[in-house]
Amino acid sequence: MRSTLRFAPGLALAIALSALATAVSAQAPSTLRVVSLGGSTTETVFALGAEGLLVGVDQSSIYPAAAEALPDVGYYRTLGTEGILSLAPDLVLAAEGSGPPAVLAQLRAAGVTVVAVPGGEHPRAAIDKVRIVAAALGRASDGEVLEASIQADLERLAAMPMPSGVAPRALFVWGRGGQTMQVAGSATGAQAMLELAGAANAIQGFEGYRPLTPEAVVAAAPEVIVIDADLLDRLGGVAGLASDPALAVTPAVQAGRVVPIDVLGFLGFGPRTAELAIDLRRALAER
Amino acid sequence: MNRVLGALVALLAGVCILSLGMGAVAIPPDRIASILAARVGLDLGVGFEPHESITLLLVRAPRVVLGVLVGGALGVAGAALQGLFRNPLADPALIGVSSGAALAALAITVFGSALALPTRFALPIAAFLGGLAAVVLVYRIATVGGETSTATMLLAGIAVNAVAAAATGLFVFASNDQELRDFIFWTMGGLGGVTWAAIGAGAPLLILGVVPAFFLARPLNALLLGTSEALHLGVDVDRVKRRVVGLSALTVGAGVALAGIIGFVGLVTPHLVRLLAGPDHRIVLPGAALLGAALLVGADLLARLVVSPAELPVGVVTALVGGPFFLWLVVRDRRRLPVGGGP
Repeated sequence: MRSTLRFAPGLALAIALSALATAVSAQAPSTLRVVSLGGSTTETVFALGAEGLLVGVDQSSIYPAAAEALPDVGYYRTLGTEGILSLAPDLVLAAEGSGPPAVLAQLRAAGVTVVAVPGGEHPRAAIDKVRIVAAALGRASDGEVLEASIQADLERLAAMPMPSGVAPRALFVWGRGGQTMQVAGSATGAQAMLELAGAANAIQGFEGYRPLTPEAVVAAAPEVIVIDADLLDRLGGVAGLASDPALAVTPAVQAGRVVPIDVLGFLGFGPRTAELAIDLRRALAER
Repeated sequence: MNRVLGALVALLAGVCILSLGMGAVAIPPDRIASILAARVGLDLGVGFEPHESITLLLVRAPRVVLGVLVGGALGVAGAALQGLFRNPLADPALIGVSSGAALAALAITVFGSALALPTRFALPIAAFLGGLAAVVLVYRIATVGGETSTATMLLAGIAVNAVAAAATGLFVFASNDQELRDFIFWTMGGLGGVTWAAIGAGAPLLILGVVPAFFLARPLNALLLGTSEALHLGVDVDRVKRRVVGLSALTVGAGVALAGIIGFVGLVTPHLVRLLAGPDHRIVLPGAALLGAALLVGADLLARLVVSPAELPVGVVTALVGGPFFLWLVVRDRRRLPVGGGP
């Protein structure tokens, strides 16, 4: 009895505090339930410190590691309406290409706010994403801080010395099918990142990502190979590349100038873009 | 009303009710009843949330209806083709419908952006026309002087499939990563994202293809005895061929357009019905429609539940669940497997 009385003031205070917290949260949009579609969209939410609002992500949201623990609504281009509705979201952040359109229309009809997050394969795209996502989450001030930090990274990158007098010609390898390497041609995000880091794309004969015959690899004579880190492991590291007859004769492999990168971050044009470009420029300078 | 058909009607009704009632969004049965009643203007006095009503009426119900229509169409087309070719392996893919539709769909996916076509409408229409074109080609090749050779039709189907597959390979080579993934998902079929408007466009074609097929039961029964016997019984065999091929192209083309490529249903459901009820097409045709519908609606329910909140492509489920089950049946009935023309 007496013990209960002794706790009463504390209990009253706790009740008052929790009532206050409830009142505050009713005003702030911290109770938003958000589904994020697209790896770089999810990265942006995390970079804003708003990951607590996430109730679901798509299959491509694997960075940071915490994103993988969230419910997975599937591949972002073939979504299902009901699965997303079952997470009771207030807001869906949809990267460019999310769909099918009929599913997004059904979500809107069910009263979910669907915000289109712009794509784009240039450093400004990362800043556009931050602006849109921060506004949708009601975190404009966090967004400004993050924008400023990305901007600072880009300026740091601009101030870095170029790898050498001439931009090294780099071959971007992201996959392998049979005996051919899947490489990046012109008009690709990979080329934009290579150029941002101060390298030139060694492949200029075609647009997009294509398989390249071994002879074309030899003819391109890349001075650097920029390759997905997981793929490099599967191929057996630099020694594995050297066992490929075409790659073996390239200046890049002969000099051991092989740079492993995280391909999803590299092609995502999200908050890490400037950092990854800085890392690559540093790696190019070291090699 | 035949006993087997009665059981299949009950099965289809049961699967449809389950499929309406189950899903990632949990809606209690009394609310489902209340939502459906409210739709026709009755108030059952049970409250429900707007998102529950939308999920049921705009997401789940169209999927069930589409599953019934496409599954039924695939079942009937499979049964009619197996009867016509007197070949237990005949299915819509055999006469080029699916590969023609797939090729046209991929062509639209790759070139559609260049032509500034709205993919949403262009893809189904292209798939339908592609399937139809492939079948017409196969049929024309096999028809000489008004007589259609079934054997030539099979060979032509194989050749058209090979050419379509090669052309598809060229498009796959030319397409970028995302186009490729879209296409691969499409070839595995799916009932998701379908709207009442799309069903409104496709349903007439499907019904136009399915209902007349039931009237082919008698000539197909006569064909079981052999072509010359059927001719003696006064059956216009070439007209039957034309109708079966035309109806299959119509139903499968429309089905592919709405739900992508869904294998296995057309091949297996006629067999199952024959195992249950014997080879009489008066039972096999409607039975295959009912069972195909139940199979596809059930597969779609599994596809929605297994990896919720994501979804599996429905074609994967039909083959994963149907394949081993069918294999078990084949092994069990190895000695008395009724085949199109066999005893």
